[in-house]
Amino acid sequence: MDKFTRLEAIAAPLPMANVDTDKIIPARFLKTIKRSGLGVHLFAGLRYDDEGAEIADFVLNREPYRRAQILIAGENFGCGSSREHAPWALLDFGLRCVIAPSFADIFYNNCFKNGILPIVLPADQCAALLADAQTGANARIIIDLAAQTVSRPDGEAFTFEINPFRKHCLLNGLDDIGLTLEYEAAITGYESRLDAAPWRPAIPAL
Amino acid sequence: MASTLFDKIWAAHVVDRMPDGTCILYIDRHLVHEVTSPQAFEGLRLAGRAVRRVDATIAVADHNVPTENRAAGIAEPESALQVATLEQNVAAFGVPYIPVTDIRQGIVHVIGPEQGFSLPGMTLVCGDSHTSTHGALGALAFGIGTSEVEHVLATQTLLQAPAKNMLIEVTGTLPAGCTAKDIILAIIGKIGTAGGTGHVIEYAGPAIRALDMAGRMTVCNMSIEAGARAGLIAPDEVTFDYVRSRPHAPKGEALEHAIRYWRSLASDPDAVYDRVVTLDVSDLPPQVTWGTSPETVVPITGAVPNPADEADSAKRTQLERMLTYMDLVPGQKLDGLKIDAVFIGSCTNSRIEDLRAACAIIQGRRVAAHVRAMVVPGSGLVKAQAEAEGLADLFKEAGFEWREAGCSMCLGMNPDKLKPGDRCASTSNRNFEGRQGPGGRTHLLSPAMAAAAAIAGHLTDVRRLA
Ligand code: SF4
Repeated sequence: MDKFTRLEAIAAPLPMANVDTDKIIPARFLKTIKRSGLGVHLFAGLRYDDEGAEIADFVLNREPYRRAQILIAGENFGCGSSREHAPWALLDFGLRCVIAPSFADIFYNNCFKNGILPIVLPADQCAALLADAQTGANARIIIDLAAQTVSRPDGEAFTFEINPFRKHCLLNGLDDIGLTLEYEAAITGYESRLDAAPWRPAIPAL
Repeated sequence: MASTLFDKIWAAHVVDRMPDGTCILYIDRHLVHEVTSPQAFEGLRLAGRAVRRVDATIAVADHNVPTENRAAGIAEPESALQVATLEQNVAAFGVPYIPVTDIRQGIVHVIGPEQGFSLPGMTLVCGDSHTSTHGALGALAFGIGTSEVEHVLATQTLLQAPAKNMLIEVTGTLPAGCTAKDIILAIIGKIGTAGGTGHVIEYAGPAIRALDMAGRMTVCNMSIEAGARAGLIAPDEVTFDYVRSRPHAPKGEALEHAIRYWRSLASDPDAVYDRVVTLDVSDLPPQVTWGTSPETVVPITGAVPNPADEADSAKRTQLERMLTYMDLVPGQKLDGLKIDAVFIGSCTNSRIEDLRAACAIIQGRRVAAHVRAMVVPGSGLVKAQAEAEGLADLFKEAGFEWREAGCSMCLGMNPDKLKPGDRCASTSNRNFEGRQGPGGRTHLLSPAMAAAAAIAGHLTDVRRLA
């Protein structure tokens, strides 16, 4: 998992409430053997017409938002199923941070597992950021995870809350696997004792 | 302090404890199959990680493989892609793999013990809920999800909180016509599909001790149908005799050392369990399920229950739905219920002992004309042995289809499916709606009961044929 420290990026405005996981990625794209490559299906129902052509005025189809790494959304973002395909699709598109007044629980947790930072800010601050995002490429927004701040293009900074453990994992790029690997010495130590145990032999080549 | 079998295996595998009490549990063996592994391997690739212990991992394809004409490959594109993806992944990561055309190929939970890959005292996982099967050897074996498959591939450990201990003491002597399948069906009927939730079940008592390894695997296999995290049976002489001849088991002095250790794993006499259940099987009739949950168990001599007798309205609605789906009426007798298909196979009942038990019922009789009956051995080696013992010929002469090894009609993921509305006597482990094919109706029972049903053309009491 990539570390998340400081992100200065274009923010795409998506002023919709209750964006569910089916909107983020429709169920028909779940029969996959992959977790990457889902970015083209992100928001498929909003992004493409029935013939599969891009809908010109959907935000992620427009410059500069094709290069957005931050999404400013409405309340209850990510409601619906527990599918991890939703964060997989956001990440594959290039989005590393979603800012909204509130998130659905499971989606919120799934974001951290995949290196995405979900930020909850009061509705008025989200509205200010949405307005900034509307102004396009010059409106770069800066996220500083260590300082827990979101800075507007005019320099005003909002602070946000985050669980310290989550913060630690994101700052260091630790997913569950990364976290376990912090115990590498203990695992190796265990294995060195194991190798001396004849009742747990390694399997010879098949 | 006195410990249970589960406590001892757990304690021997704790690598470290997280600040919140979650344990890092070392995993001795990891079985990988084609359905739940693609995103796990992809995760490793994206993170630039290797498989930590290829020498503790094996892979095999079983869920998607067709059970006839192996040479023709897999016609269904999504199934073919899953198997091809597994083959690419094992090649790229150096994981030992048993190819689809290898005689050792088979259902992952049949080949693990068969190869001596699963051994007593181990922790063993697989991205499949019926991993509980391997608990028959006295191993702590449980199913995991795709993200955990990746976790084990990368770290050879899992983050786990300990389970509670449950003892199921099975007493008495199993009467003629009854098998391990009838024991576990009776247990699930008694404690329900949530009866084991949060617990690891240890099966003990004289009726369990009297079972051979195949029977013990049948019992542990269905622990998950009782909601348990895993099922366990303490290793004994039966276990050691089974392990002795397995290709990947330790040999010579190493085996003797291992056996001394394995003996020490049995629960201490004064060990305390969070829950104890006893079942006397002395008068047990053969068991069969009537509904779409494994807990809907009745004796073959019994009848379909009446939802009106159920006080809880949610449960009543559920029972009514099951009756409609299964096309049954309250009070209907199970004995005599006409069937369309018979499936003898799955990781519950596809071992050589199961095939012998089914064959013993045939005795020159033929499958009823309207029944499609299928025998699917659990592995290529079981198939070869059944052919060498003449069982295959007996099945074929009686009118059974004789297939290649795989999951087959246990779940509708490969070409072997029930037609909508078909009623099937099945030795598998799940009777959920559509499990054996959309609209299919499943009655779970033992291999002997399945063979009897095939011959009679309807569900019947095997004790009349034996
Ligand atoms: S035989 Fe059935 S239960 Fe067993 S692993 Fe295959 S699909 Fe799962």
